[in-house]
Amino acid sequence: MTAKSLFDKLWERHVVVDETSDSPAVLFIDLHLIHEVTSPQAFSVLNERGLKVRRPDLTIGTLDHSTPTLPADENGELPYATAEAKAQVETLIANCETHGVELFGMGDPRRGIVHVIGPELGLTQPGKTIVCGDSHTSTHGAFGALAFGIGTTEVGHVLAMQCVLQRKPKSMRVVFEGATPAGVTAKDMALAVIAEIGADGGQGYAVEFAGPAVEALSMEGRMTLCNMSIEAGARFGMVAPDGTTFAWLEGRDRAPSGEAWQAALEDWRTLPTEDGAAFDKEVAIDASALAPMITYGVSPDAAAPVDAVAPAPTTEEARRAADYMRFEGDRPFTENKVDRVFIGSCTNSRLSDLRLAAGVMRGRKVRDGVIALVVPGSEAVRRAAEEEGLDKIFLEAGAEWREPGCSMCIAMNGDAGAPGDLVVSTSNRNFIGRQGKGVRTVLASPATAAASAIEGRIADPRPFLEETDGV
Amino acid sequence: MGFEPIRTLISRTVVMRQENIDTDQIIPARFLTTTSREGLGKAAFYDWRYDENGAPKNSSALNGVDAASHKILVAGANFGCGSSREHAPWALYDFGFRAVISSDIADIFKSNALKNGLLPVEVDQKTHRELLSAPGAEVCVDLESQTVRFGDDWQAVFEVEPFARRCLLDGVDPLGHLLNQIDAIKAFESARP
Repeated sequence: MTAKSLFDKLWERHVVVDETSDSPAVLFIDLHLIHEVTSPQAFSVLNERGLKVRRPDLTIGTLDHSTPTLPADENGELPYATAEAKAQVETLIANCETHGVELFGMGDPRRGIVHVIGPELGLTQPGKTIVCGDSHTSTHGAFGALAFGIGTTEVGHVLAMQCVLQRKPKSMRVVFEGATPAGVTAKDMALAVIAEIGADGGQGYAVEFAGPAVEALSMEGRMTLCNMSIEAGARFGMVAPDGTTFAWLEGRDRAPSGEAWQAALEDWRTLPTEDGAAFDKEVAIDASALAPMITYGVSPDAAAPVDAVAPAPTTEEARRAADYMRFEGDRPFTENKVDRVFIGSCTNSRLSDLRLAAGVMRGRKVRDGVIALVVPGSEAVRRAAEEEGLDKIFLEAGAEWREPGCSMCIAMNGDAGAPGDLVVSTSNRNFIGRQGKGVRTVLASPATAAASAIEGRIADPRPFLEETDGV
Repeated sequence: MGFEPIRTLISRTVVMRQENIDTDQIIPARFLTTTSREGLGKAAFYDWRYDENGAPKNSSALNGVDAASHKILVAGANFGCGSSREHAPWALYDFGFRAVISSDIADIFKSNALKNGLLPVEVDQKTHRELLSAPGAEVCVDLESQTVRFGDDWQAVFEVEPFARRCLLDGVDPLGHLLNQIDAIKAFESARP
């Protein structure tokens, strides 16, 4: 029998109707996550055609993209950026009510960024197919799930039939050999892969991340790595489930328990890629040679070690990016003055990310003139961080501690930089204008972002981490 | 819902040479608070078309173009990278585009475009270079034969996922196709743990 990969197994388990030369496969979806931005038009189609949500029991809603991160005013009014943003939130609330879909709305202790709450509630599990109208759905692949972003038309398909039409993509394995040096995080690994294969290097592929440096990652690190798959063009990113996965899931609200847990474990242990399984493409990266990474352009593949010098542009594209970013060629990145720092997003807003940033900021001050925003990924992350006193560390350092949400990653809730600002951000995209018109985004790990807030310039986090306890 | 079927498209091109034109350029996130899919053409490439005061920029290839005669967008590699927002093809369609040609189009954008009457056409590098250097050229995109033709006798073939092609040519409705799979889906559900 041919050896199978994790991806082959996940795919085969969910094929309802095989793909033919004429038609894509019909693929069953175990978990459908919805949010306010990409669902309203899908519900409209359902309503127009008189259809119901087929499996409300497999559908979960949350509010994250256009929600404010500042608290309600004295009248209890939340400071929405626009009336339209508020109306969009109200539309999802109404749609969930009409169709019997469970929604974690404003004020719900389970609310948060869709890719943070799925795992933390134990909804995200090995072996599942998970979709959401959001390209960072690949995050859930960290658990050995087949998780991918879909468009709104497909959201409608899943609402109506709990299935998507999808052809099986090609497969790629990215193996991180060796161990990462101190101060190098999953975010740095992700940026290194994207720099290596390019922003379109993963197009058409489902990517499995493997190797000793991936096995050594925490679940939160694996989520960060899989989250960024789409920035290399790959809709699917995944890591084989193992003891780390099971320990993280055990006892969570929606994870199986008792006998069902034992049965699940037995099943999940059969998922990892078998020796000799074939991949359409293999990429090897030496983890021991990695350093903390930053981006210097307007595409996530323009990434380099933070202690390097800005490359002098040689192509039309690079010149366009350099003109926008205004980094002087052949000068160290660390000479560039920072205006804002954003710590948050579905990439890096989990408890371990906040601990890492707080470790750097503890007992230090954010440089005068720098605005630092820390936005936890969920209400649960916020509570856990506050129990540990991380909020106080941030506030004492002079950073802002906000309510959970996507915030400045997509900047559609009013949290944005000012034109020309250089923002060191733990989010996932450095596209022109992504964090506000004219904003120059530098992607980095929470440690690098926190160090940059303290220094007021792009900063190498390693000296800060040596003084604390490392990563 | 509802878009014009595509069979043969003969139109002039608008060229955007840049690589990695992401969905935040195609439609900035602040326009995503809508609950409708209509009328997004005004938001297409908004920050490329308008300055901070809302005045049209002369630098934009889209300003002053007659959309009715320029239905084909030719763009640099990795067009449509970034988010899954279907608002991107909605905005381009509403602006007037019916096809996007590049050497390489991002997966989710491609999938979304095919469902909305906007044909994503991936051509070979040589054809791509040729088209990039000829803004305003009259190009024929023929979905039936899966060919792009322009100039004296330039011809290139392109691939389209066969089901999506059928949907565009014959008006097959993908949701209808899924609804017809109900027996298989029910059987799968009852066998599922």
